[in-house]
Amino acid sequence: MLDKNGIAKRIAREVKDGYYVNLGIGIPTLVANFVRDDIEVEFQSENGVLGMGPFPFEGEEDADIINAGKQTITTLPGASFFDSATSFAMIRGKHVDLTILGAMEVAENGDIANWKIPGKMVKGMGGAMDLVASAENIIVAMMHTNKRGESKLLKKCSLPLTGVGCVKKIVTNLAVLEVVESGFKLLERAPGVSVEEIDKATEGNLIIEGDIPEMKLL
Amino acid sequence: MINKKINTVQQAVEGVKDGMTLMLGGFGLCGIPENAIAELVKLGVKNLTCISNNAGVDEFGLGLLLQQRQIKKMISSYVGENDEFERQMLSGELEVELTPQGTLAEKCRAAQAGFPAFYTPAGYGTEVAEGKESREFNGKMHILEKAFEADFAFVKAWKGDEAGNLIFKGTARNFNPCMCGAAKITVVEVEELVPAGELDPNQIHIPGIFVQRIFQGETFEKRIEQRTVRQR
Repeated sequence: MLDKNGIAKRIAREVKDGYYVNLGIGIPTLVANFVRDDIEVEFQSENGVLGMGPFPFEGEEDADIINAGKQTITTLPGASFFDSATSFAMIRGKHVDLTILGAMEVAENGDIANWKIPGKMVKGMGGAMDLVASAENIIVAMMHTNKRGESKLLKKCSLPLTGVGCVKKIVTNLAVLEVVESGFKLLERAPGVSVEEIDKATEGNLIIEGDIPEMKLL
Repeated sequence: MINKKINTVQQAVEGVKDGMTLMLGGFGLCGIPENAIAELVKLGVKNLTCISNNAGVDEFGLGLLLQQRQIKKMISSYVGENDEFERQMLSGELEVELTPQGTLAEKCRAAQAGFPAFYTPAGYGTEVAEGKESREFNGKMHILEKAFEADFAFVKAWKGDEAGNLIFKGTARNFNPCMCGAAKITVVEVEELVPAGELDPNQIHIPGIFVQRIFQGETFEKRIEQRTVRQR
């Protein structure tokens, strides 16, 4: 079974040379730490920066340079700043190659819910609805089950939706899955996790074809 | 040169009345018009509708207007960092219209550019689409979103000149340029206000035509919400 860094490590393998990538808050943010050094990638943050670098050294924080999680950041050579409408033109206009975001629930038809728990948590969707509605290459990074041990890969989302039929790939602490017409197709198992364990933790239709390889992390 | 310069923050908020709709730039606490917000608190105007990506934190930004119960309705994309906000929202004192961030930016830009409405795929099939027209383009569903209508836009820029030309810095740019000229009156506070002619026309982000009033803010606290650093 993977921890959050393990999920990020596996997703980092999906990041290809020349990609512009938008990373959501949480596990997705960790992906930047594991992208190979020998490829060129630029990270976009929807508050208006392309070419995001690591956190600043202590004493070098600039209140005017933050990411979408409101954390102080730095920029790398070739970076640019822009306004929010331009930022979402990059997203809506499909100029961003890969979007990695977290989710509370994903359904077997690719629906995603990650912005609201009625009566409990209403923080808002931020840029998630724009991202999932437009990006063609979306990877969801999440734990396979919630804190109560219930599956987050469902037949149908129970929470208010963020987008419909948009998720293509999911990387969890247990597995890598692809959303296909008839459900979640199991592609890879996390190290030490059996197909049976994944099946048990998946409420939606799990499609198992042939031998399922263990995932490679580096 | 048409001079847009005003001398005091009191002049900046002149004409703001109870029940008006205000746009306020900023992302989190980054690039917020903090001088105008402080003056709106002093002015005590009530029943405001505020269009702003976030709602500040408890002690700063729009949180200050919330504490004084000056806001009737917030139009935002993300409101997660403010306990008083959550309390007022859950108790029903505060009306909240959550809007996808890209749609929020485009509703500003549409108002600035004279488009009454636009289609976007964001929010199709979700609560956001309820009651809105939808239409298919190129095999994909979109919803119709209307441009904002606002009385005042309060914007924060880095540098400006007396003609109202603006330059922004870093990610403090965010929604600020989109809100210039998107309301009946645009009021800009800058860290440095210079005479016309001192800024290179090639480097202007927003031309002064979109600005009605400009002033140099007295102080900019520029509070950091999440101070993250790495070890040397």
